[in-house]
Amino acid sequence: MNSSKSWIKAYVPDLSCTDQEFFDDMTLSGTKTETYTALDKNLEKIVVGQIKTIEQHPDADKLVICQVDIGKETIQIVTGAKNMKEGDKVPVVLDGGRVAGGHDGSPNPAEGIKIKAGKLRGVPSAGMMCSIEELGSTKDFYPEAPEDGLYIFPEDTEVGADAVEVLGLHDTVFEFEVTSNRVDCYSILGLAREAAATYKLPFKAPVVKVKEDGKGNVKDFIDVEIKDTDLCSNYCARVATDIKIAPSPEWMQRRLASVGIRPINNLVDITNYVMMEYGQPMHAYDLSTIAGNKIVVKRAKDGETFVTLDGQERKLDSEVLMICDAEKEVGLAGIMGGENSMITDDVKTVLFEAATFNGPNIRKSAKRVGLRTDASGFFEKGLDPANALDAINRACQLINELGCGKVVPGVVQVGLPIKPLKRFALEADKINSLLGTDISKDEMIEILKREEVEYDKKTDEVIIPSFRQDLNQMCDIAEEVARFSGYDKIPTTLPKTSATTGGISFKMRVEKKAREVAQFCGFSQGYTYSFESPKVFDKLLLPEDAKERQAIKISNPLGEDFSVMRTISLNGMLTSLATNYNRRNKDVRLYEMGNIYVAKSLPLTELPDERMQLTLGFYGDGDFYSMKGVIEELLDGVNMLDKVEYDPNAGKSFLHPGRQANVIYDGEVIGYLGEVHPAVCDNYDIDTRVYVAVIDMPEVVKYAKFDTIYTGIAKFPAVTRDISMVVPKNVLAGDIEKMIRQRGGKKLEELTLFDIYEGSQIKEGFKSMAYSLLFRDKEKTMEDDEINSAMKKILKGLQDLGIELRS
Amino acid sequence: MISEQLDKIREEALKQIKGSDGLEKLNEIRVNFLGKKGELTSILKSMKDVAPEDRPKVGQLVNETREAIEKVLEETKNKMEAAARDAKLKAEVIDVTLPAKKNKVGHCHPNTIALEEVERIFTGMGYEVVEGPEVEKDYYNFEALNIPADHPAKDEQDTFYINGDLLLRTQTSSTQVHEMEKGKLPIKMIAPGRVFRADEVDATHSPSFHQVEGLVIDKNVTFADLKGTLAEFAKQLFGPETKTKFRPHHFPFTEPSAEMDVSCFKCGGKGCRFCKGEGWIEILGCGMVHPHVLEMSGIDPNEYTGFAFGVGLERIALLKYEIDDMRLLYENDIRFLNQF
Repeated sequence: MNSSKSWIKAYVPDLSCTDQEFFDDMTLSGTKTETYTALDKNLEKIVVGQIKTIEQHPDADKLVICQVDIGKETIQIVTGAKNMKEGDKVPVVLDGGRVAGGHDGSPNPAEGIKIKAGKLRGVPSAGMMCSIEELGSTKDFYPEAPEDGLYIFPEDTEVGADAVEVLGLHDTVFEFEVTSNRVDCYSILGLAREAAATYKLPFKAPVVKVKEDGKGNVKDFIDVEIKDTDLCSNYCARVATDIKIAPSPEWMQRRLASVGIRPINNLVDITNYVMMEYGQPMHAYDLSTIAGNKIVVKRAKDGETFVTLDGQERKLDSEVLMICDAEKEVGLAGIMGGENSMITDDVKTVLFEAATFNGPNIRKSAKRVGLRTDASGFFEKGLDPANALDAINRACQLINELGCGKVVPGVVQVGLPIKPLKRFALEADKINSLLGTDISKDEMIEILKREEVEYDKKTDEVIIPSFRQDLNQMCDIAEEVARFSGYDKIPTTLPKTSATTGGISFKMRVEKKAREVAQFCGFSQGYTYSFESPKVFDKLLLPEDAKERQAIKISNPLGEDFSVMRTISLNGMLTSLATNYNRRNKDVRLYEMGNIYVAKSLPLTELPDERMQLTLGFYGDGDFYSMKGVIEELLDGVNMLDKVEYDPNAGKSFLHPGRQANVIYDGEVIGYLGEVHPAVCDNYDIDTRVYVAVIDMPEVVKYAKFDTIYTGIAKFPAVTRDISMVVPKNVLAGDIEKMIRQRGGKKLEELTLFDIYEGSQIKEGFKSMAYSLLFRDKEKTMEDDEINSAMKKILKGLQDLGIELRS
Repeated sequence: MISEQLDKIREEALKQIKGSDGLEKLNEIRVNFLGKKGELTSILKSMKDVAPEDRPKVGQLVNETREAIEKVLEETKNKMEAAARDAKLKAEVIDVTLPAKKNKVGHCHPNTIALEEVERIFTGMGYEVVEGPEVEKDYYNFEALNIPADHPAKDEQDTFYINGDLLLRTQTSSTQVHEMEKGKLPIKMIAPGRVFRADEVDATHSPSFHQVEGLVIDKNVTFADLKGTLAEFAKQLFGPETKTKFRPHHFPFTEPSAEMDVSCFKCGGKGCRFCKGEGWIEILGCGMVHPHVLEMSGIDPNEYTGFAFGVGLERIALLKYEIDDMRLLYENDIRFLNQF
């Protein structure tokens, strides 16, 4: 919401502060000011001059030499402009002055443009005559300005006067961020009321008096019926005859221009002016187009169409409210009027409408119809029904003042009764205990009065003005008291709550440990989106019936690429790795800690299972076993390493079929790792081997332990035995180790693979492996017999696996 | 006679020691003179030829000679060893300015660093860190936070919907409601997490980002307590000199509500490029929990009051680390991540 300072000052005449003070003070009292722009920025030494003579430049066809009277003296200015004649009054920038920009429409430089006396093609020129664009504005806001050329003042303008003043540019436009609860502040009057309260100054709202100088009574002209009062609670109508369309006066044009509204003509400008001033949009119909002198407010029928005054055909449905006459629709309620009833320059009699429409319905209708207007922007906030009558009367007063027509006596007002003013107790003690303050009741009453909230001493109640729909209970009043006594005046204390222990949950602790281990192992943390494209499933070569394809769909996604909730965390990882690969970053290791979303059933009826996944990925230095090492570091960090196994039959379509494994803890799958399938790498444009691992954190959280019990440092010597063997290729090291550990018993302290070889010296289909076994008894030195019997069991086991021992 | 012999041995030994050129030679000299078959030992062996009354004296002379030789041997050995070590150290001089061999440790994402900072501060003040679901029921995200069906804030937040009832939470405030519904008072919690809004990706927007919600509910919690808590938070996060400014604002689930600015931690409040010359930077939204919100979650607003606040993690990360484009946070370029 924008307003010029001068417009606010029109209702707070005593307002006197710098722009920066106004910016700060309004923000601190609750009307947040985003920015402000001085309209006279970079406009210096600019006066009204009158062109006395125009002569051709002797050496330039396109230039003329003007003698310009600037009041105290006459100066010579050379110009290329063409649209002026002798006697015209124009803005003149004097030597050393400054203008906002050029006249070619390019963005204005921050410091403006400095003007100096000089020579043009040998002829001295003491300044510059300028266009409205050079003064930092546009023809949109100064419709009288020529299409191209100098701005020309009305004949009665005083020569030598400050041209910026004459143009009304000694002003500043403030942009306010009005919060959704303060509907009343979407109006210049509302903002002015806040300004007055902020500075403790008198607030002078316009005194509305309508001179009913038309003939007859409004009832002779129009009858209004609301069929759907749920969508239109209040409708006011007035009529003006003998309309004379003309430009509106300068003051009105300037005020509209200052808030970004283009002046059109007196009638349109009046409705726009009242919309900004009162925050109540209005509509003006050409009464001669209204059939049957009747307005009916009702829902449209599904599938109907309607042409709005911008000439566009709009599709309607039964939730769109329409303004109709006896025969047809004439307006899209609260959004835009119809082409069939629009005001033209030939209009004689005007019907004014000021209504209160249901905010949410207007918002939804505007969305569905695809047309959001200034008016709908106001209505969708939910306007005060009591405001409509004031606004329509104000419009009629302006009809009087601008001499734009004759106001027919009487007002039609139909709809639901206007609710009485809200009243509730002023609980000063409760307010103080909520705020932690010690503000006297009298001070509270004084503050509230500034906001037009009255206090009824008899009942100890506050009486809320109708425009303050946001004040409903004690805490709302507390905020009023707080913001006008100053948030900065409220003390700063710490809560005196009962003691709490605080801290993070076990789950977070395990996740933190996992992050630490990943980082320790050289992986940097990435973040990726939770939603992705359903094409991801094909990129990952997931079969048609893969459970990962059962993804939750977003009904209104930003696009297909963000349309399903991820059921697998790999796409984010591979995309990030691809980004790095594409940028030629070497040896990249990334991890992510983020949720996947697993639906219990689709379509979704209950909350999905959000499962935290630790996803690791790298390319460059390292291989499958490097990744396996990271997983073991992690599981060791949460005391889970003792029961971990790897199953090569993980069945992951997106991984290398011979280089993948499920990570199994105590018989349960807790994740997987592997080399990414080259076809998947191709899909992500990565031309190198990529290794990934995914750990399902809820499973880890289930088994993780942080308690360690010290077992003593071995006092007795260990005995080492090495086994060298020839193993059929299909026998897994994991199975061999599992068997050796089982048979070796508790005294087998360490089992280390120290050699593995496949190749020419080993027969086809076999590999050579060598393990070192370390036995130790914690209580005594081990006897040979004991070790021998354990070794015997182990060797027997190896033979059972089809393994040959090498001597 | 023997003493002359001993003098001669000593003289010869010292001469040889002096002329020796290394530890090996020195050892040879030791063996030759003092060893089992050494010259001195052979003299001891010839003691049987000495008159018994002279034996102690001769013995003493032999020992003196041995000690004298040993002493010189030891000194020479020490000198030689020291010289050898010096030579070795000299030969081992390295160029300490050659590049370091670094352990390749991974880096934490700036979001996580910011989160851990926030968690550290609030857990230190006795807050519990809790989590809530990212796919959420409309009720928890809106209705229970005083944002009924037709409330404009529902549109403002541009929500992603799964269906009419389920959505991607737009704010971590939903976690407040879950905590309140547990019925365990007092509450002192923060709830970090991922939230979603239908904003197109650009330098300052992302359809998914992170917030930390805070909630305190007990008897006699005041707006002054809210100010004090958040002022302390700002000081711990941005430095002890940090000043805070509270501006009135509006949130449906708090009343009174405020936005908190902190004095610019780059320029100290003088105004700079970073704070756009204002000296203040907007950090978070906060307020006293609305009585409707308490009531809906089964807490009596006449008995209990509380405050809530919500802070954007990315906002803190971008500000603290002067990151000028939010997209960097989700690209995961290692050259970016390695800086943290």
